Amino acid sequence: MSTPLLQVRDLHKFYGDRLGCGDVNFDLYPGEVLGIVGESGSGKSTLLNCLAGHLAPERGQVLFDTRDQGLVDTLTMSEPRRRLLARTDWAFVHQHARDGLRMNVSAGGNVGERLMAVGDRHYGNIRAQAIDWLDRVEITADRVDDRPSAFSGGMQQRLQIARNLVTGPRLVFMDEPTGGLDVSVQARLLDLLRGLVREMGLSAIIVTHDLAVVRLLADRLMVMKSGHVVESGLTDQVLDDPQHAYTQLLVSSVLQV
Amino acid sequence: MIHLENVQKTFTLHNQGSAEIPVLSGAGFTVNPGECVALSGASGAGKSTLMRMIYGNYLTQGGRIMIGDVDVVTAEPREILNLRRDTLGYVSQFLRVVPRVPTLDVVAEPLLRVGTPRDVAEARARDLLARLNIPERLWSLSPTTFSGGEQQRVNIARGFAHAFPALLLDEPTASLDAMNRAVVMDLIHEAKARGTAIVGIFHDAEARAAVCDREIDVTAFTPGMN
Repeated sequence: MSTPLLQVRDLHKFYGDRLGCGDVNFDLYPGEVLGIVGESGSGKSTLLNCLAGHLAPERGQVLFDTRDQGLVDTLTMSEPRRRLLARTDWAFVHQHARDGLRMNVSAGGNVGERLMAVGDRHYGNIRAQAIDWLDRVEITADRVDDRPSAFSGGMQQRLQIARNLVTGPRLVFMDEPTGGLDVSVQARLLDLLRGLVREMGLSAIIVTHDLAVVRLLADRLMVMKSGHVVESGLTDQVLDDPQHAYTQLLVSSVLQV
Repeated sequence: MIHLENVQKTFTLHNQGSAEIPVLSGAGFTVNPGECVALSGASGAGKSTLMRMIYGNYLTQGGRIMIGDVDVVTAEPREILNLRRDTLGYVSQFLRVVPRVPTLDVVAEPLLRVGTPRDVAEARARDLLARLNIPERLWSLSPTTFSGGEQQRVNIARGFAHAFPALLLDEPTASLDAMNRAVVMDLIHEAKARGTAIVGIFHDAEARAAVCDREIDVTAFTPGMN
């Protein structure tokens, strides 16, 4: 069928002598959402940051299907080229919206800045697109000139998503996107993310420790423990019929509501 | 359309002394297009387990489960997702939806996913919801707050929206009143007439007799029960 958007081969990241993540291999196809779960310290955020170019792994390949040259290893490409790719093709949604936003710039400015970074210069266009995107993430036009510091946590997270998706990326990395939000706000955000992923045909990699979040968002799931992927497969299969001892423990530890 | 051969399943509970529980062995049968087959057997015989294995929700340790030309036992997750989108439907006993999504969208979604134009998909969804007696004033609301019976009917409407060539039904008439039960039986008859191959679990003997062509006693595949 189609070629994978991302191919990860034999990825290893060490912190000194300690393994951050190791032996990671997987393919991600266009339109696919991959969930990565595991407890704190299991290496899931390390992996995400290696994939997104924020950390340099010691070994392995991260092949991305670029628009102009096909599959290219993002670990060995030049820094400027990787930065350009991060602006045009990738997006990174941080757990804490303040890590992904400029807190002293208006909401509209936060969205517009991404457009300017990929070369848009027409103020009218930029503002119109910013307002359109704020509307899509359910932030009303009368808040466009407010700073994110005046927004609630849920609104900040939605603004961060608008800022990331406005440039039409093909791959979105998300690190605990619903962490720290209360459940009603989480539901709204999940619904929004699912709709956007579907509409835009995005591929996404979502790191979370919330199994309910991956069940709703992810097509496939990888379970990590002590830096290794211990189990992977179809999301509902891994959650309903887990094979590895750790996954069985993880699934059976969730409190029933 | 649905063909099982020598299917094996064992649960291994690593955190409970690595207990190995064999649940099915040597399961095999064929369901042709237009045929409805009921899985029967006592509670605990493995009817639901077998159905979940056919859907790829449970892993299968051995044998073959062919849906058309795809073997669910060895298929990649991506192939199973495509199979579930295009070919294989499943009406479970419980509705699982994203909070806030309106009922009409929940029902139309399987059609939108196979590329049906929105107006056609919504028309089909409206028709199904009306037939299953879900009041129109509820269509714009999320089904998460509906009663158990209403959720079950929304689930059935969603399951029958796209004309899947193969369909799995887990207790489709449970907790329905006589009128809605008759509607569900009509839907099953219509699907059969279209050539859908159906595997179902029906505790309701009358419904089973009315829609099913054959019964397969799962007990025959249950180690230690025959």
